[in-house]
Amino acid sequence: MTATTAALSIVALKKSFGGLPATNDVSIEVLPGERRLIIGPNGAGKTTLFNLITGDLKADGGEIRLFGQDVSRLPPHRRAHCGLARTYQIITLFPSDSLEHNIALSLLGLSPLRWSAFRPLGRHAHLYDEARGVLKRVGLDRLAGRSISEVSYGEKRRVEIAMALAQKPRLLLLDEPLAGLSREERMSVTELIAAIPRETTVIMIEHDMDAALGFAEQITVLHYGSVIVEGTRAEVVADPKTREVYLGDS
Amino acid sequence: MRRAAWGLMAIALLGIPFIAGNYYINFTSQIFIAAIFAASLNLLVGYGGLPSLGHASYLGVAAYLSAWMYLKLGMAHWMTAPIAIAATTMMAGLFGLIALRATGLGFLMLTLALSQVLWGTAYRWVSVTEGDNGLRGMTRPAPFGINLEDPTAFYFFALAIAVLAIWLMARFVGSPFGATLRGTRDQARRMSALGHNVWLIRWITFVYAGFWGAISGLLFVYYHKYIHPASLSLTTSAEALIGVIAGGSGTLAGPLIGAAIVMVLKNYVSSYIERWNMLLGFVFVGIVIFMPDGLVPGVRRLWARWKARRP
Repeated sequence: MTATTAALSIVALKKSFGGLPATNDVSIEVLPGERRLIIGPNGAGKTTLFNLITGDLKADGGEIRLFGQDVSRLPPHRRAHCGLARTYQIITLFPSDSLEHNIALSLLGLSPLRWSAFRPLGRHAHLYDEARGVLKRVGLDRLAGRSISEVSYGEKRRVEIAMALAQKPRLLLLDEPLAGLSREERMSVTELIAAIPRETTVIMIEHDMDAALGFAEQITVLHYGSVIVEGTRAEVVADPKTREVYLGDS
Repeated sequence: MRRAAWGLMAIALLGIPFIAGNYYINFTSQIFIAAIFAASLNLLVGYGGLPSLGHASYLGVAAYLSAWMYLKLGMAHWMTAPIAIAATTMMAGLFGLIALRATGLGFLMLTLALSQVLWGTAYRWVSVTEGDNGLRGMTRPAPFGINLEDPTAFYFFALAIAVLAIWLMARFVGSPFGATLRGTRDQARRMSALGHNVWLIRWITFVYAGFWGAISGLLFVYYHKYIHPASLSLTTSAEALIGVIAGGSGTLAGPLIGAAIVMVLKNYVSSYIERWNMLLGFVFVGIVIFMPDGLVPGVRRLWARWKARRP
């Protein structure tokens, strides 16, 4: 027993699609403030694991605890209220709305104001002030009024992250935040991730090893739905099993 | 531009009873009722992304309930109206529990099935509904001593309720709740990941749309003083849906204009052409071909293009 409660504690988690196991008896513990990287080849079950943690998918068995609370049976929106936020590998924004409106929807998610059905949204100035503040953090405040469909792919990626950060999550899941970005954009997003305060525990799936290894303190390697290696960066990189399945055996 | 258009419309609507004959006064009153009905359906279709083919349920049940309580139980209008609205809204709550098990096509079929049950009941439960004869002999209420049997008085009564209804629905869609509703239409999964209870947002909207459907049903039975199972039929639901889509779903003015077009075709053209439904079909197809997202967004786009061309 550790003295501190784990930010995320997964025990014997199972999920299969039509008999094919996508998550096979996975147990992971992530401590508060930790930066955890999850790697593994395509089809290793990384995104499935995220979807199980957020509740987008229902697990076939096992237990998920967020900061000690069993959330295994909670729907996704209740888990968000437990301090969980995520980004998507495939950009999932509100394309016809402005950047600040996207962030405002994120802020509303945890605010009781979301049930207010009379006073116009635009009159809640503090909501948009806060949204612009969040956009400033990711360097997009000058585009706050633009529609999502008018901004570049790299900027959309940053809006994805901003939407999650707006909620000041206790646990943040980043699903390939660098996918499809140019070299310069990767650098700026990597800096952005590095600047996330320690109150937020971060778990990241990423293929770009240069950027990801710099971020990771602990690494979990998934293969065919199972955890095959886990440990510090040095341990995992040195492990022959990692080389076998992921880094490419030579 | 926008303000001028609304101002002109307000003057026109206030002026009609003073220049037009009873035929047009009555006809415009019917448009107000259809507009409330279409606007309430638009909350689901346009803002919630939930296409319903069963909205006639709320119009029909509110109308039947108030007529039945008035005619068979001898209750006064001031009692039947709130009971009919409350009962119909509760029915919407129950129907929402069933229909919102699904979205998209499944939702469409469930709403259709539920309304068909009511339609069949209205036809067959003759001891209560008088079946195909419908309930006759309904009267109009006289709130604050104003006799609504007079066409002009009814016109202003219907106009006042339509303005109130549409204003409240506009506030609803423009509010933070309305923003989350549109969010569930565009990215339901993302909305739940952000902490929004997507199901509850949809259910509340479903009940609210049912409430305004009931209001339009009450006006409907006051206007016609008669209710027939046809008001619960698929045709009633489909006509409103066509109006919403032709006018522009997800816009405030679209369903009002769409409902007016359907009413004009139905009441005016049908006296010249017997198969008015065929003409409605042609008009609908025509609109959708040239303006796929409806008249209001289509005209708005043309206007923007025209303005861009001349500096």
